[in-house]
Amino acid sequence: MNALTRALPWLSGIAAVLILPHVFSSGASISIMSLIGFGIIFALSYNILLGQTGMLSFGHAVYYGLGGFITAHALNIIAGSKLPIPLPLVPLIGGIAGLVFAAPLGWVSTKRAGTAFSMISLGVGELVAACALILRGFFGGEGGISTSRTSVLQVFGWSFGPQIQVYYLIYAWCLICAGLMYAFTQTPLGRICNAVRDNPERTEFVGYSTHMVRFLAFCIAGFFAGVAGGLAAIHYEIVTSGVVGAGPSGFVLLMTFIGGTGFFIGPVLGAILMSAMQSLSDITGAWLLYLGILFILMVMFAPGGLAGLLFMHRPAANLHGLAKLAPAYLVAAIPGLGLFAGIVFLIETSHHVLVKSSEGMQMRLLGLEYQADAPLTWALIAALIVVTFLAFRRTWPWVASAWSEAIKPEAR
Amino acid sequence: MLELVIFSSLNGLLYGMLLFLLASGLTLIFSMMGVLNFAHASFYMLGAYFGFQISRYVGYWPGLVMAPILVGFIGALIERYGLRTVHKFGHVAELLFTFGLAFIIEEGVQMIWGKVAVDYRVPELLNFPAFTLFETTFPAFKMFMLVVSVATFVALLTLLTKTRVGLIIQAALSHPNTVGMLGHNVPMIFMMVFGFGCGLAALAGVIAGPALVTQPAMAASLGPILFVVVVVGGLGSLAGAFIASLAIGLIQTFAVAMNISIADVMATIGIKLDPNSFAGDLWMATIAQVAPIIPYLLLVLVLMFRPQGLMGNRDT
Repeated sequence: MNALTRALPWLSGIAAVLILPHVFSSGASISIMSLIGFGIIFALSYNILLGQTGMLSFGHAVYYGLGGFITAHALNIIAGSKLPIPLPLVPLIGGIAGLVFAAPLGWVSTKRAGTAFSMISLGVGELVAACALILRGFFGGEGGISTSRTSVLQVFGWSFGPQIQVYYLIYAWCLICAGLMYAFTQTPLGRICNAVRDNPERTEFVGYSTHMVRFLAFCIAGFFAGVAGGLAAIHYEIVTSGVVGAGPSGFVLLMTFIGGTGFFIGPVLGAILMSAMQSLSDITGAWLLYLGILFILMVMFAPGGLAGLLFMHRPAANLHGLAKLAPAYLVAAIPGLGLFAGIVFLIETSHHVLVKSSEGMQMRLLGLEYQADAPLTWALIAALIVVTFLAFRRTWPWVASAWSEAIKPEAR
Repeated sequence: MLELVIFSSLNGLLYGMLLFLLASGLTLIFSMMGVLNFAHASFYMLGAYFGFQISRYVGYWPGLVMAPILVGFIGALIERYGLRTVHKFGHVAELLFTFGLAFIIEEGVQMIWGKVAVDYRVPELLNFPAFTLFETTFPAFKMFMLVVSVATFVALLTLLTKTRVGLIIQAALSHPNTVGMLGHNVPMIFMMVFGFGCGLAALAGVIAGPALVTQPAMAASLGPILFVVVVVGGLGSLAGAFIASLAIGLIQTFAVAMNISIADVMATIGIKLDPNSFAGDLWMATIAQVAPIIPYLLLVLVLMFRPQGLMGNRDT
């Protein structure tokens, strides 16, 4: 791989960051894109634990949240005593806070690997979440800690009042952090993390302390989670005690896993997809259910996540076999989409009957108007699901044979 | 004071026995399959909701029998068609699967029964005070809960130690391959145990539902405590789970009843702590307020200093 192909993903990332706010220039879309920015940092930091070192944490939001709280307090102190610290440097405070908290808590939790580590991370997460409700001075109780990003020292005329300036700030940090985390995967320590994930016993024999390696990975992940939390605090200008809880910890796990833990780009895809799905919450009240189903399907059938599914095609692409796959995919896509539509109809109609029955049984979905509680509706939905599922199954052998064709080296 | 001690002991015992109903299934499943079932508390919640739904048609008592059977059946199906598929990807994938399952069950329950608590009532037959002591009454339903959970505990113990089924299960815990060689269908045993564990959790749900609140958050609030019980007791040890359940039940119930803070203790020996100082919240927090933290503190301490738990014979 030459330097250009290696730099290409990064250059296209920078180009996307610069172009997208001009394409989608409405306030709402810039706000969503800002969310994606620190979501990417958070998910990438989580993948240092899960994908790179093989530690399944149920409490990663602790460092994200504490980074956010310290950033909010720091912003208030900086503004209050007029310290000469400009806003672009403030996320670093969040990062350092994440690191400072990750060091002692990480030392305890990384003593064990596997299921025990998951349990300790869950316990630590619950511990901090419970503390957040007791220590009202620091966590601000129910109301949280609010702050203002515009009242600190301004440089070069950037006030960071308009959302677009915050967008650039977030993405500058996002690109820097992503670059650093990618560089980390290439260091000897980053490689040893993979060894600890794949075969801890052997790594011990080679002479490395697996505890130490896990601990260092944990601290680095804590640092970047803190940066993400700091950026979130700057974006929202408020941090509430909910961010250290089980909710965000589970959310980052879903985000990273759905994106794919085996590739560096995976969590980035996951963060983009999850934020896009989050904006679905305006359209459907059942979006968390879709998310859960997507997650379960991924765990069962595509443990490599979205990135895994994409990169699965690399051998075929190298052998110029993608053209052979396309027809089979097209054929499978017809019943596949039908099945998807059937499931969407099932969930949406049940959601309407169960949750929104007070609004009447007439409902609209995908341009169709129908009666949600009519027996005919349910019979049609059931028929759609059964028929498309059976048809979908029949296309599998086609896809399989197309695959074996596609990865066959070309005959000379 | 005596009143407080007696009632806290009774309530703590009750809470502990409920925890044990859940923890016993969880720890059996763990020691057999190595799966820490994240969704175990969700089956408890499903039990409560199924019991509520059945009670609306045919009353409480049929629900007490039908709901656990139904949930046990669902659990067995999930093991057969979900967990077994994921098994080949390793323990992390299994943990993730059950995590996703808990997520879906919570969303589904919210969709079907709504986000607020449902009106799951104590059956009329038991809606009277069992006894009155120092002017405080103890409801008969709580006595009933205590009786059911103790009876289940005894039945489970007999089943596991005195019957042939228990013998095979215990053998499959430690030597699944040998049990398979002897002609037993080990995957089938796994499925049965998983379903049975889920059924026990559902039973706990049906008896706890009317007394505590039946709401979508009940799984998420009990789940982590359950892990604490299983880990503190020692993974795979039923006796350990029993002791840890009772201990945590009692500790939490007594802690909630105590309204003393560090500042109060310091005041009695003549040191006055300023509530407005930096750590003021910490000094002023009463034991009742820090009660939710205690189990997790215990979990972290146990994992640090005695990773095999109280009675466990292997590392977590």
